[in-house]
Amino acid sequence: MTKLTPLYDFHVNQGAKMTDFAGYMMPIQYSGIQEEHMAVRQKAGLFDVSHMGEFMVEGEDALAVLQKITTNNVKSLKIGQAQYTLMTNEEGGIIDDLIIYRLDEQKYLMVVNASNIKKDWDWLIENKTLNCRTENVSEQTGLIALQGPKAIQILKRLTDSDIESLEYYHCMMGQVAGASSVLISATGYTGSGGFELYINSDQLVSVWNDIWEIGQQEGLQLAGLGCRDTLRLEMGYCLYGNDIDETTSPLEAGLGWVTKLKKTDFIGQSALIKQKEKGVVRKLIGFKMDGKRVARSGYNILDGKGKVVGEVRSGTFSPCLQTPIGLGYIPKDYEINNKRITISNGRKNFDAEIVKTPFINVNEYGN
Amino acid sequence: MKNTNDIYFSKEHTWIRIENKTGTVGITTFAQSELGEIVYVDLPSVGDEFNQDEVFGSVEALKTVSDLFMPLTGEVTAINEDLLDSPTLVNEKPFVEGWMVKIEIKDLEELSNLLSEAEYQKKIEK
Repeated sequence: MTKLTPLYDFHVNQGAKMTDFAGYMMPIQYSGIQEEHMAVRQKAGLFDVSHMGEFMVEGEDALAVLQKITTNNVKSLKIGQAQYTLMTNEEGGIIDDLIIYRLDEQKYLMVVNASNIKKDWDWLIENKTLNCRTENVSEQTGLIALQGPKAIQILKRLTDSDIESLEYYHCMMGQVAGASSVLISATGYTGSGGFELYINSDQLVSVWNDIWEIGQQEGLQLAGLGCRDTLRLEMGYCLYGNDIDETTSPLEAGLGWVTKLKKTDFIGQSALIKQKEKGVVRKLIGFKMDGKRVARSGYNILDGKGKVVGEVRSGTFSPCLQTPIGLGYIPKDYEINNKRITISNGRKNFDAEIVKTPFINVNEYGN
Repeated sequence: MKNTNDIYFSKEHTWIRIENKTGTVGITTFAQSELGEIVYVDLPSVGDEFNQDEVFGSVEALKTVSDLFMPLTGEVTAINEDLLDSPTLVNEKPFVEGWMVKIEIKDLEELSNLLSEAEYQKKIEK
């Protein structure tokens, strides 16, 4: 059974191209991926990402439970702060990447990928203790991402909350467009700044409509999952299921910065400490194609002699750079000594250059 | 391009417009719509020969890549060089400015393997 978000009718009426994504009918694009992408970089874009999963974690043991199942240090989270983090299995493989919000002294919100809601929920239940109350609020929680340099001007017109003082990766409860108890979060998956708004599903459509009406005066455009992917890839952000999964470790994926090996025990810690001591064998790298052919997930990465050394995990055409970019795993040793790779689709080979991520400087596109 | 008798369609979503022994080849409105925004068209060289249903190039869209299949056996006599700079012409005008190659047709008998416009429409509506 494919699920619909409360905004399904809106998307269809706007002529969105819809697709089944993680069990939800979601808009891939409205006017076109490149146009929507540039709107987010230069002005603002409005995304329905209500398919994302949300779990409430509360109680005396909430902190201890979260410390045990995630890699980042939850203890350092202040009330009103958000943290990007991972859940890993005993082998150090990534179960999911997520955001944890600290809403109150003993109250946290986990935001997980739609494709992993069931798996993550089961993992949480398996590892929780008696003094930790959990609730899967995914169904009743809508999520709007208002992203881009103009997002703040738009949101300011719809709330009295002091969003200007809201720092990156911080959040506050507030009223937005008449809806009470909206969690306003200065986060996003685009690199262009803006907000994510967690809203009760019942109020999602009316808030969305108000943002859409007001926002168009500032150049706001509707934005689908297609440009969400091109935007995150230009920033080098990992996508679960592509760049990270249970067979990849945080250290390989360049996510060591959210993996605090010295904090209290967490699941996967000893495996990751061992991996760190031995040194990782492979590494997730960014690359730019020489030509116009786009490297796709699953294409092989070859060394100078034509030997397969790795694989592409994400690839797209960058609307900002007007050139194809991607992410893939290659041996660490190879990366130290080489800046060139060859990518093969099985029939033809294409040359590419290893580059640092992010691929772009967002400030060159916004204002 | 409705009501033309000289345009034929392949099951692989290419069209060929025939004038004497020359065929102009492109992809259909349906195909470009399914692919989404095209960012690059990989075309063969003039002089290359292809059999019916053989892959003669590919289109890179933002989300996917798709092979191009030759509707009739022939030799490439021209390629649409405008597509190198403006691949979105394939999205905007798939039957006009978005044409891809011209071929010299070897065997018109092969037309029997292709679909009429009505037959093609029926196929994609399924």
